[in-house]
Amino acid sequence: MIDRVYKKVYKSPKQALDGVLFDGMIIMSGGFGLCGLPENLILALRDTGVKNLTVISNNAGTEGQGLGLLLETRQIKKAISSYVGENKLFEKQYLSGDIELEFNPQGTLAERVRAGGAGIPAFFTATGVGTLVAENKKHESFNGKDYIMETGLVADLSIVKAWKGDKSGNLIYRKTARNFNPVMATAGKITIAEVEELCEIGELEADQIHTPGIYVDRILKGTHYSKAIENLTLSEG
Amino acid sequence: MGWNRQQMCKRASKELLDGFYVNLGIGMPTLVANYIDNTKNITLQSENGMLGMGPFPKKGKEDPDLINAGKQTITSLADSSFFSSADSFSMIRGGHIDLSILGAMQVSESGDLANWMIPGKMVKGMGGAMDLVAGVKKVLVLMDHNAKDGSPKIVRKCTLPLTGKGVVNLIITNLGVFEINDGIRVLEIAPDLNKEELINNTEADLNFI
Repeated sequence: MIDRVYKKVYKSPKQALDGVLFDGMIIMSGGFGLCGLPENLILALRDTGVKNLTVISNNAGTEGQGLGLLLETRQIKKAISSYVGENKLFEKQYLSGDIELEFNPQGTLAERVRAGGAGIPAFFTATGVGTLVAENKKHESFNGKDYIMETGLVADLSIVKAWKGDKSGNLIYRKTARNFNPVMATAGKITIAEVEELCEIGELEADQIHTPGIYVDRILKGTHYSKAIENLTLSEG
Repeated sequence: MGWNRQQMCKRASKELLDGFYVNLGIGMPTLVANYIDNTKNITLQSENGMLGMGPFPKKGKEDPDLINAGKQTITSLADSSFFSSADSFSMIRGGHIDLSILGAMQVSESGDLANWMIPGKMVKGMGGAMDLVAGVKKVLVLMDHNAKDGSPKIVRKCTLPLTGKGVVNLIITNLGVFEINDGIRVLEIAPDLNKEELINNTEADLNFI
């Protein structure tokens, strides 16, 4: 067997981001609410000061958590999201005109990202027909039903979070922390993954891989995960 | 007047048929899960990427990697599965989910639904609601019959921005159960209520046959 050299592993989020950032870039971030967020990379992004970002992410974090960190420093110019209800600072910046917001239905957002990663420039969907979402979009009828055209999304950089990853970039997610991470991993011109456990080659079962390493350009082991719970709900007894 | 929230949820739970895959929206629809008949095989979907949602965890058993679409901590079951947001909405948009229960601000007599924005107020976003109403086989709206100011929510034409056009099949309110199929047909009236009271609280025309 030939020994292969794996060059995707970076020591820190700061090093992993080195050379890939520029002002005005489009960044996709995985996560749903505060679940499955690339916490280390978001923090490192904040520290680089890169600005005028267009951020594609289902939510906008909460105050002091997730993408909320990049709002505090006013690094985000535009957000493409499906729901931003949990962040008061977002509301404030939106109402003052400091931030531009494009709402996408959640499934349309996921499919736009999937399409972008799969080289599909556009697709038709019934979601949003007859609503504000359909305004100025191409309509087409198939088998007597109306659909609107949505375009695929590609980012300059995708940052994702997985549970386990190996040195070749294969990723495995855990429970509902998977969410947007696998599709976003496919749609970044450069994709950086942070993982809780960075494994040696061969430690992960090939049949269990969720994201094949081809989609991951850089990988690092994250530290100090806060894994905040947004809405702790318990059953009685 | 009419049914209380528990009774509304209980009535809604009867629409969950054996073998159904069901998505429950945030708020009152989530509570319908408490009334599911255990003799029926019902699988709950959470659009953030899970089939087979279990009950809320006991104290100390919460897992930050395991939440529902309302960002509440939940548990999994022996037959649960997890998947990506794209797979989740393929299920929803591809017509694989049998029933979606959502709240509403307005429903029109042609089944138009408005439940995501009020012009002039901060908009939080539609989340997965537009996908659910466009793709799920049957859409049930569970809501109070009237708004807080008393104005009717079952209207001729929605004045609020739509979530979906011609998408609602059934409405359950505190005053009754209504089927939308070429107009609005009253299927049930809450026990302490008469036809006139129902008509007076509804803007749309009601068919009682």
